[in-house]
Amino acid sequence: MAEVARIENLRFAWPRQALLLDLPELVLGAGERVFLRGPSGSGKSTLLGLLGGVLDPDEGRIVVLGQDLAALGRAGRDRFRGSHVGFIFQQFNLLPYLSLLENVLLPCRFSPERAARAGASEAERRAEARRLLDSLGLDVDELAGRPANELSVGQQQRVAAARALIGKPEMVIADEPTSALDADTRDGFIELLLAESARAGAAVLFVSHDAALERHFDRALSLDVINRAAHRKAA
Amino acid sequence: MILLRIAIASLLNRRYSAALTVAAIAVSVALLLGVEKVRTETRASFAATIAGTDLIVGARTGSIQLLLYAVFRIGEATNNISWQSYQQIAAHPQVAWTVPLSLGDSHRGYRVLGTTPDYFAHYRYGDQQALAFAEGKAFDDLYDAVLGAQVAEELGYTLDQEIVISHGIGAVSFAHHDEHPFRVAGILRRTGTPVDRTVHVTLEGIEAIHVGWESGARRPGAGLDPDTIRQRDLTPASVTAVLVGMQSRLATFSVQRQINEYRGEALLAILPGVALQQLWSLVSVAENALFAVSACVVLAGLLGMLAALLTTLNERRREMAILRSTGARPLQIFGLLVFESMLLTLLGILAGLVLLYGGLILAQELAAARFGLYLAVTAPSLWQWSLLGLVLGAGLLAGSLPAWLAYRHTVADGLTLRT
Repeated sequence: MAEVARIENLRFAWPRQALLLDLPELVLGAGERVFLRGPSGSGKSTLLGLLGGVLDPDEGRIVVLGQDLAALGRAGRDRFRGSHVGFIFQQFNLLPYLSLLENVLLPCRFSPERAARAGASEAERRAEARRLLDSLGLDVDELAGRPANELSVGQQQRVAAARALIGKPEMVIADEPTSALDADTRDGFIELLLAESARAGAAVLFVSHDAALERHFDRALSLDVINRAAHRKAA
Repeated sequence: MILLRIAIASLLNRRYSAALTVAAIAVSVALLLGVEKVRTETRASFAATIAGTDLIVGARTGSIQLLLYAVFRIGEATNNISWQSYQQIAAHPQVAWTVPLSLGDSHRGYRVLGTTPDYFAHYRYGDQQALAFAEGKAFDDLYDAVLGAQVAEELGYTLDQEIVISHGIGAVSFAHHDEHPFRVAGILRRTGTPVDRTVHVTLEGIEAIHVGWESGARRPGAGLDPDTIRQRDLTPASVTAVLVGMQSRLATFSVQRQINEYRGEALLAILPGVALQQLWSLVSVAENALFAVSACVVLAGLLGMLAALLTTLNERRREMAILRSTGARPLQIFGLLVFESMLLTLLGILAGLVLLYGGLILAQELAAARFGLYLAVTAPSLWQWSLLGLVLGAGLLAGSLPAWLAYRHTVADGLTLRT
């Protein structure tokens, strides 16, 4: 199986703080759906920042799609992230002043590669955004006129998922996307997200503190287990 | 392109605070350009007050003072020129024409100028424009008067109306020459100069109404009825000032020197253009102060924008993080904020121009009527465009502070807010 992301001997600490992450190895295969469990404060968001190329590791290598992020430089990593990684966060994913479709189309605005993969023309891209929203169970015609911040949290998260998936990125990183949702909505959301990711051929790295969600995924990891810095702290 | 769209959408989302910011900039820009407009128009109308006169001659005094009382009807002459001296000047071979001016009386707050019909032929203002009559004509009779446009308009005078001249120049005078009413023979077209605020009568008329007033007030029983006075020799003993036109402008300096060195009497001859410039350089101190104040108002407007952008910056960190996660680079976030300030400043400038021209159109009539100042509604001058460019530049500069802070936040926050 081809690799989407590989982390080797990663060490990271925030300035003037104890070592937060010490990961000998973490590999994400193409199209693989991985659940990463960790309590809050365990360094989950930091790890995602490192994978997204927003943070620089103190030591070690992060390779995404065969590309060593350190070799790209800051602007290059921004471009790379925009083109190959979709993000979904816990909440407040949307820009309240943009329409639903515009929110979904944002990655296409910043990355020509994502735009090209979403559709050859603006009309095609908009159709693709509608299709994604529709597949994720949102009635675009009904919701289109409303400001993004008037949608329910569940609806907002689906819009965020559509945005993460538009233009078929190779990897989707979801950071506690369901923690603000109730149990029924949560399971429905995860199923839709995974189905659409499979359709887009994207690997999913799903991060949550909630072990009950593990069953939806191919593989589950515990950050506390794979992170040697956590062992030291526990000891 | 996307940044522009996001900036516009984001500003629309904060439309009330954005509108206030735009309004503050608009008011300050309108003020800045308005002050500039009034400044340049005042300067132009000031320089256009008198033209075509080569020398102004009066009793020896300061040149600005002579200009003030002879042309602007401000203040009083300390001394007069004797009729003999006036005649010698008029007889000078290099002198083409002379217009004697006799000041000292008033009519309901407007200055009365005693002169000859030559005044209407030789006085020039603006770009060598001659005085023109809206109604009637120049003096014909001893008791004829010609009104400036503003006098006629403000006081509602019409042709053939009788008016009484007051002794002295106070707005309210208690000594009236009411035994010698004047008849309105003509009303001049508006000039935008002090001529509009002047009542013109004959030199002899001034002399006639003062018969019996030699002590400064009427001697009881000394006044003569107008018909008797017509029989007398009304050649004045003196005049206040003389406007002089040369045969050849080349002779101006030598005649000026001759008059200034005249032995019979202490006289002063000035070049109107030079004196106007001296006077303007006095006024320009206030003018510069005014400009500085309006520049400060622009600064205050831009600081308002800065405050508005900075206060929302923290709330917008989430917005920046979202943009960042979808592929925006920190530099683009910087650009977004700079775009916003540019939009706000541009809108402010546009609204300011609308405000200025709206105000100009509304104020035009009032300024012309009240101050004799014609505010032409013309496109901004090159200088005004460059001022606007400076405002825009200052707006961008002000905007780059929040933009830089947003840039730093974005770099530090990454994809999620670090709180």
